[in-house]
Amino acid sequence: MLQPKSEAELADLLAAAQHPVAIRGGGTRPIGRAAAGEVLSTVALTGVTLYEPGALTLVAQAGTPVAEIEATLAAENQRLPFEPMDHRALLGTEGTPTIGGVVAGNVSGPRRIQAGAARDSLIGVRFVDGAGTVIKNGGRVMKNVTGYDLVKLMAGSYGTLGVLSEVSFKLLPEVEASACLILEGLDDARAIAALARALASPYEVTGAAHIPNRGGTSRSMIRLEGFSKSVAYRADALRALLADFAAVEVITDTATVRQIWKDQRDVTAFAGQSGDVWRISCKPSDGSGLAAKIKGDIIYDWGGGLIWAMVPEGYDLRASLGAFAGHATLIRASEGTRARIPTFHPEPAPLAALSEGLRRKFDPKGILNTGLMATAMPAA
Amino acid sequence: MEMPKPNPAILAKRARIISRLREVLPFDAVIDDPHETRAYECDALTAYRCPPLAAVLPQSTAEVSEVLRICHEEGVPVVPRGSGTSLAGGALPTADSVILGVARLTAVLETDYDNRFIRVQTGRTNLSVTGAVEENDFFYAPDPSSQLACAIAGNIGMNSGGAHCLKYGVTTNNLLGVTMVMMDGTVVEIGGAHLDAGGLDLLGVICGSEGQLGVVTEATLRILRKPEGARPVLMGFDSNEVAGECVSAIIKAGVLPVAIEFMDRPCIEATEAFAKAGYPMCEALLIVEVEGSEAEIREQLDVILAIAKRHNPVELREAADSDQAARIWLGRKSAFGAMGQINDYMCLDGTIPVSSLPYVLRRIGEMSKEYGLGVANVFHAGDGNMHPLILFDANKPGDLELCEAFGADILKLCVEVGGCLTGEHGVGIEKRDLMLTQYSPSDLEAQLWVKDVFDPKWLLNPAKVFPLSVTETRRDQAA
Ligand SMILES: Cc1cc2nc3c(=O)[nH]c(=O)nc-3n(C[C@H](O)[C@H](O)[C@H](O)COP(=O)(O)OP(=O)(O)OC[C@H]3O[C@@H](n4cnc5c(N)ncnc54)[C@H](O)[C@@H]3O)c2cc1C
Repeated sequence: MLQPKSEAELADLLAAAQHPVAIRGGGTRPIGRAAAGEVLSTVALTGVTLYEPGALTLVAQAGTPVAEIEATLAAENQRLPFEPMDHRALLGTEGTPTIGGVVAGNVSGPRRIQAGAARDSLIGVRFVDGAGTVIKNGGRVMKNVTGYDLVKLMAGSYGTLGVLSEVSFKLLPEVEASACLILEGLDDARAIAALARALASPYEVTGAAHIPNRGGTSRSMIRLEGFSKSVAYRADALRALLADFAAVEVITDTATVRQIWKDQRDVTAFAGQSGDVWRISCKPSDGSGLAAKIKGDIIYDWGGGLIWAMVPEGYDLRASLGAFAGHATLIRASEGTRARIPTFHPEPAPLAALSEGLRRKFDPKGILNTGLMATAMPAA
Repeated sequence: MEMPKPNPAILAKRARIISRLREVLPFDAVIDDPHETRAYECDALTAYRCPPLAAVLPQSTAEVSEVLRICHEEGVPVVPRGSGTSLAGGALPTADSVILGVARLTAVLETDYDNRFIRVQTGRTNLSVTGAVEENDFFYAPDPSSQLACAIAGNIGMNSGGAHCLKYGVTTNNLLGVTMVMMDGTVVEIGGAHLDAGGLDLLGVICGSEGQLGVVTEATLRILRKPEGARPVLMGFDSNEVAGECVSAIIKAGVLPVAIEFMDRPCIEATEAFAKAGYPMCEALLIVEVEGSEAEIREQLDVILAIAKRHNPVELREAADSDQAARIWLGRKSAFGAMGQINDYMCLDGTIPVSSLPYVLRRIGEMSKEYGLGVANVFHAGDGNMHPLILFDANKPGDLELCEAFGADILKLCVEVGGCLTGEHGVGIEKRDLMLTQYSPSDLEAQLWVKDVFDPKWLLNPAKVFPLSVTETRRDQAA
């Protein structure tokens, strides 16, 4: 395993590399078919390099554990706005998630609908391209339109355009209080309509999820966060607003609310069970219609715009959905399934050509997580 | 600011280019009369002007595609244009270029309150996007001060911000999808009503690419429900330092105001004389606005007012009603107009870490004395996006050059303290030659790769964003 201890070492290594490398942060979020080549780990690139609570900004080396960052922020009563998911339970992996992995996968959580994804909080990157050149983009200030936004391009590029060495974020204050509203017994379409009504209210919903009936009763969940009086006020207002859907139970115990949304964020309901797991991003009101075509267990997030589906092994979910506006990604699957079904959603030809063109520029030797984001299967 | 010499081969076939454009567009959509092309000779950076070879005003994505296909075949540079309010020269033509204006593409294509988005043609003005959803109590969040005039096209081109982006983010955080025409005429759809990209985040790199990657004709934008209410407070301080510390303290306290605006003494004096908003005469003034229900506003303002009091304000004024709220905003909103009354000015847009605010303001004051040019500061303090207005006299020989040199020094200072050249106005031609103070040659090269991929012939707005010396070989291969 290659384990550079500095950005300069990382650059030397990639400049000299003649063969593909498989880039790894904490190794807790493997996706796609295992990339060929020796493992290149970022875990030795660690440390928070700058943290200014008064400016709501943090800069850290890519291999820094997410837990370390979260603890650093918690000490100042701040947080990462986008609530990155921890994949370990769902994927049955072990190890220490790194912040670079969060960025490479543009990993976010239920708060995505209100606070944006990782890409929206990311304000700067440093990375090494496939030829070994160190490149920086963005910086440590919240507003920056100087040149092209390669920061966004790197978020969600899964190491195929470069190996991240440093990332900067804008932050938000931690909230004083949170509450979770629960509506029971709604079917999927009604639940999504209820969530839509809540999201279209002025009450600043920061989580809107639905867990369909699986032997018990279905639960629709809405999260509110902020100052305690404000949360109480908005909970009351939403209870009245949603009264014609179902009776609304309000949970205000902070620890309970946290646990509910942590489970939702990490999709723990599908942990430790057999079956492939898919993640579908769609227009929220399309959610229940799409889910109805899927043979498997469903969990909704993002007001219906994110569907987690657990399906029998090898089931081609994309084929059942047919054409739709959005994308489906294979998150958990056996090697066998991965060999047959592309992990990432096929793109229209002109976009695929642009993506391919960018990869050739940033990775001219074709050595960075080669083929990881390919949307067609290699010829056998 | 130097621009590339027009390509004589293109000027020589002007008539043919125009007649080919006329074949695909209605007669009045191709403007080639020299009297009329002058309307397109500059944007809001009026110091630089050059009429284009022609201007076209297509009415559909299909027409845009036809125009680009022809220009691609003929090797003619194209400068996309929204409303031409860019302060950076982003929409400035060259004599051998065609201006492609989207001003006739103004339709609302879809409004969807359940899924909280609106799809519009990009010639529509920023304010009229909110106008289209206002009756249902929704709004489009990014609100540049130019919102009455500027188009969504230019907002996407520049990744524009506004006074309320501390809470709601800038254009890129509110843009869900685009229809874009590539230079060769290919129409692509990226994103839509769903969140995040399936593959690489192409939408993210298109937003803010200053018309260099494609012509955006339609956009899907996130819309939000209006808050129940909003209220500003005004605070005066007897030094910039203390005002800067107060901003940091508010942010650290866990309240997130929707806006924190800052004005210094020269700006307060000028706006008072012009707008008579009743501002206190002091060294620094903050306008802090919070949103929510009455109880929520009270809760947040109590925290903010307590912090302000710890910083010995010379004035602390909470709006008691909407009239007073409007008065508090009046001065801020007329600040640019007020400065324009007393002087020519150049508006800079560097961003700095909030913690460097006092130091940067002090240095700007010192440099102002060295250069002998006045500066007024008015800006978005919560996110460190400065707007120093350098005052000069356009009729005085050498003053513009002096002002530009001063501006460059301020921007270098912003970079020095860890900030950047531009927070929301874009690079255009204005900051092009300073790019190497912020980025290394390889940092820039990586950005050029993106253009190489999207526009291999380097025909879209080619003389912008990057120093001309850096892009020369690429632009030449096009010619
Ligand atoms: C008084 C005043 C106040 C301002 N206040 C603010 C402010 O608060 N915040 C802020 O961010 N900006 C502000 N601006 C700057 C300016 O208004 C913004 O940059 C605005 O977004 C430009 O929009 P436009 O439609 O006028 O674009 P234009 O000036 O026409 O073009 C801007 C850029 O976008 C490109 N472009 C235009 N159309 C397209 C298209 N269809 N596809 C691809 N690229 C395209 C152009 O080539 C150019 O590079 C202000 C300007 C003025 C004059």
